[in-house]
Amino acid sequence: MSDRRTLQTEQISGHPGPVAGMGTQRDFEVCKLIDTTTCIGCKACEVACVEWNDMPFQPTTFDNTYQTMPETNWNYWNLIKFREHVRDDGTLMWLMRKDQCMHCADPGCLAACPADGAIVKYANGIVDFQQENCIGCEFCISGCPFNIPRFNPATKKVYKCTLCSDRVGQGLEPACIKSCPTGCLHFGTKEDMKLLAESRAKQLRDVSGFKDAGVYDPESVGGTHVIYVLHDANNPELYGGLPKNPTIPFAYKAWKSIFKPLGLIAATLGFVGVVFHYVFEGPKREQPEVPPRNPEAPAGRREA
Amino acid sequence: MTNGWIDIKNTDMMLVMGGNPAENHPCGFKWAVEAKRTRNAKLIVVDPRFTRTAAVADLFVQIRAGADIAFLGGMINYALANNRINKEYLVNYTNAAFVVKEGFKLPEDGLYSGFDPEKQTYDKSTWNYEEGGDLTGKAAAGATMMAAAMHAPAPPAKVAPPAAKSAAAAAAAKPGTPPPPPMLPPNVAYDLSLEHPRCVYQLLKKQYSRYTPEMVERITGVPKDQFLKAADLFTSVRKDGDTKKVATIIYAVGWTQHSYGTQIIRTAAMLQLLMGNIGRAGGGMNALRGHSNIQGATDLAGIFDILPGYLKVPVPTDKDFETYINRITPKAAKPKEWDSFNYWSNTPKFAVSLLKAMYGDAATKENGWAFHYLPKVDRRYSFADIWDDMYKGKVKGMFAFGMNGVAIGPNSKKNIEALKKAEWLVVCEVFPDETSEFWMSPGITAEDQKKINTTVYRLPGAGFAEKDGTWVNSARWLQWKNAAVPPPGDAKLDQEILARIFLKIRELYQKEGGKFPDAILKATWSYTNPNNPSLAEVAKEINGKAIADVTDEKTQTTIKAGQQLPGFAFLRDDGSTSSGNWLYCGSWTEAGPLMQRRGTEDPSGLGVYPNWGWSWPMNRRVMYNRASCDVSGKPWDPSRKQVWWNESAGKWVGNDVPDFKPDSNPKDHMGPFIMNPEGVGRLFVPLGAVADGPFPEHYEPFESPVPNPLHPNQSTNPIVKKFKTAMDKYGTPADGFNIVCTTYRLTEHYHYWTKNNPMNVQLVPEPFVEIPEELAREKGISGGDKVKVTSARAEYVAKAMVTKRIKPMQIDGKTTYQIGIPIHWGYRGIAEDEGKTAKDLANELSPSVIDPNAHTPEFKGFLVRLEKA
Repeated sequence: MSDRRTLQTEQISGHPGPVAGMGTQRDFEVCKLIDTTTCIGCKACEVACVEWNDMPFQPTTFDNTYQTMPETNWNYWNLIKFREHVRDDGTLMWLMRKDQCMHCADPGCLAACPADGAIVKYANGIVDFQQENCIGCEFCISGCPFNIPRFNPATKKVYKCTLCSDRVGQGLEPACIKSCPTGCLHFGTKEDMKLLAESRAKQLRDVSGFKDAGVYDPESVGGTHVIYVLHDANNPELYGGLPKNPTIPFAYKAWKSIFKPLGLIAATLGFVGVVFHYVFEGPKREQPEVPPRNPEAPAGRREA
Repeated sequence: MTNGWIDIKNTDMMLVMGGNPAENHPCGFKWAVEAKRTRNAKLIVVDPRFTRTAAVADLFVQIRAGADIAFLGGMINYALANNRINKEYLVNYTNAAFVVKEGFKLPEDGLYSGFDPEKQTYDKSTWNYEEGGDLTGKAAAGATMMAAAMHAPAPPAKVAPPAAKSAAAAAAAKPGTPPPPPMLPPNVAYDLSLEHPRCVYQLLKKQYSRYTPEMVERITGVPKDQFLKAADLFTSVRKDGDTKKVATIIYAVGWTQHSYGTQIIRTAAMLQLLMGNIGRAGGGMNALRGHSNIQGATDLAGIFDILPGYLKVPVPTDKDFETYINRITPKAAKPKEWDSFNYWSNTPKFAVSLLKAMYGDAATKENGWAFHYLPKVDRRYSFADIWDDMYKGKVKGMFAFGMNGVAIGPNSKKNIEALKKAEWLVVCEVFPDETSEFWMSPGITAEDQKKINTTVYRLPGAGFAEKDGTWVNSARWLQWKNAAVPPPGDAKLDQEILARIFLKIRELYQKEGGKFPDAILKATWSYTNPNNPSLAEVAKEINGKAIADVTDEKTQTTIKAGQQLPGFAFLRDDGSTSSGNWLYCGSWTEAGPLMQRRGTEDPSGLGVYPNWGWSWPMNRRVMYNRASCDVSGKPWDPSRKQVWWNESAGKWVGNDVPDFKPDSNPKDHMGPFIMNPEGVGRLFVPLGAVADGPFPEHYEPFESPVPNPLHPNQSTNPIVKKFKTAMDKYGTPADGFNIVCTTYRLTEHYHYWTKNNPMNVQLVPEPFVEIPEELAREKGISGGDKVKVTSARAEYVAKAMVTKRIKPMQIDGKTTYQIGIPIHWGYRGIAEDEGKTAKDLANELSPSVIDPNAHTPEFKGFLVRLEKA
């Protein structure tokens, strides 16, 4: 803990005015806290995301909801999901949850990705796609338990929220955080955000009558670097399909945790076998010539 | 707002009604969330729809649009019956103890005393206090009184200092015979035991005893148990005699836009006075302004019946300055025990300084300060009236700056018809809009277009980011902004366009003369660049300066001729000062532009930020803050100290600027509501300052699904203003119009502008109508279907949003549905131009019916039919 403050930005060369992000932690795990109980669905975060990342507009259609579009898109990484929910006592709730990449500690996308360097997880917890290394196989899409990465058919690459790694790298908060008018979004160290989230959840339980209020930070993916305060933590599915127990598909887990080591073992055993074969059987001996199996394709013509 | 945005964080209880701040004021709404997070404050939302604000509320109650007075009247009844009031505040700071004139009648049948059915007006002579001094104990023996007594003036309905309102009454009289100005009795009768049968308190109790929970349910559709839950929660801040806690009421045009809008706001203000919540940090009556500078536009008289600083507008009977100033300057009225500051007694200083700012040397004592240059307003010239006059051919042309009058409505098709009859139209805008293209509105054929002879001039205006100047926010803060970029292309700043038009007109008067050239030729125009005055110069002119040396007797400070005035205490009625708006005097002084300050210190932690921008009046952040203390001058809640009496210094001090006579010892019992001549808050409004009754009464919207359960024979406001042209049609349930319709805005859009911005269009691409699930089922409508909404005036086609957020209601035993329409679309915009949306205007549906006080049209709660299109 003693060195927590050693990697703060203090000065920036050739930078006029105050130092952006002074005092922000850069060397610890970062975290975005989304308090759904104070979200008013104003979509400022959606606009900030589109503008900061300079994404092209896309036509939308009215779909019997305030929600901008059904799902996030390759050029729309941040989407508030609106749900009308009737509680058991008959009262209505209008749930609004900002949906985006959760930046899992154990990222399914990364587990699934076969391309060298296409997905990077930083020590601060940000999971970032490097499109120049992306081969467009879309395995990351099926590897994500939150249904987040999106394929752009034009570029044949996959995109998602970067947790504004470009801003965070400069000591700034992500664009969505900056734009939030009610303070429902917070950004800081994972430790601080957990504390803040727990204290808000406690307030909701003790004062506001939401006895099941709690924090969403699912263990099944090792925890996430985007966490939620929910009025009803027992039923995250209510909030536009937040999975109760998100898991990486077995095949992808197996890919690296079982098959990859197994393959390595098999390859090693194969090599060992080859060595033993050489030791005990000696070098390869010349075989008597065998005529070609296909008479219509004489060896001479094939060589041409 | 009597208080301010940041101050909301100091509250314990919020009632949001007639507004949807999460939707329309998301940045300010952070302070409501802050209060919830840091103080465990409760948020109650009462609205026809489950709104974005309701989504984060502790209690949501669905009400029928337009039934607000019944709900609030029920709350008053509940507070009185359950002793959820602050008695000390009530007796000393309001007119509860004042005795009302004999002959005054409550509206059991829907009418107050003095109604003239023929003229549809009231004779308001009984709407006054009795003369007579202390009657305590004379009506009922033995009552002892509270410590001391003070009076307060009108509840701060719209942030405007009260008093700007009663010009209309005199306006009807014929020129030459000035009616005697209405007067309060100089020595009001009062009963501090509150037992006199005609004291305001007893009349109030009687008036609202009719608003039982059962009656509230019949009128509003709110089930009795839900109403009681809301009333109990809101008034719980006064439970068991608690005077520390405080509650705020937050509203917007959901209250204003009714044919009795002013009275809805008054009902709420009365509830706040009863509970002692006005003047306190975390309390108040807080009107949220719907555009960034609406407050500034009002302060500077963007309304026909006031001059800058809420001075009353001259009427034809004001034959000279003296008559005018006598009519508009209130005389102090009080029982002997009370003291009254009666700040409006300074009206002559404000008016003379205004005329000096307007006419400079041409305004002299001898010519009555050039009063004869001012136009005399002979009747209503409200927004709806202007359109009506144009429709009738009386108004020949229009300048439309900063507004899209066709889209704003009401009854947009009538406005389009009116423009067809106009000779010319000048529109200054950023985008091509519905008003400048009225001649291309849907339904007008090429043949029709040939018959339209209106000449339309479209001027390229500058956008908000291209201008400097101030915005005055809802909290009355003047905040300076710098231009971000210069206007593009040929676009010009508003002040350049207006200056050049003015100078051209003046040139024509110079060359050609005219009926009355002096008013134009003698106007001051002393800007460095007359063709494009800098707004800094204009701001300094509005603040005002000394014309001759001016000395303050008390402090012996002298302001030298030519210097900027430090505040309105220096204004004089002898022509030695000028000020374009007394309320802004102090905003740009010799110390510099206070409105440009950016100090972020907040020593008290109450969110006062005394060095950020500048707030009228004289940088006070909470108005009437004397009332934050008890009678002896000690704060009701020591943890939220705003101002207090410092006995040793002999003056009022505090974290905020005291809104009070600074050296008035609490023992003198001066009323904290210094803008009222009686010094106390008005539960009962005397003199007809509110045209439709001294107490608010529930009336039905002009188009209503049921007869008024209180008095079916007087269902609507008896003095409502409606129009009578062929295009002013009104619907009834008998004609099949039985669905209550309301209109509103979305957070994703800004009025009729952002349909030109791809980002906003992406967020909400198309117009829609919010429809309850049950009604949709009945009509066979699914989400996304095209539906047609029909009012007596027009049809509106959009897609259906079928929602659980509006429920069917039982109104006086009748199942009633409500639907809602966001207003943001029209016939010009990205989606419109691509042919992707229906091209109707929501306000083609709304009726031209206006509130008799504020003249605001009834955009909320009119009747429609609904069918699948």
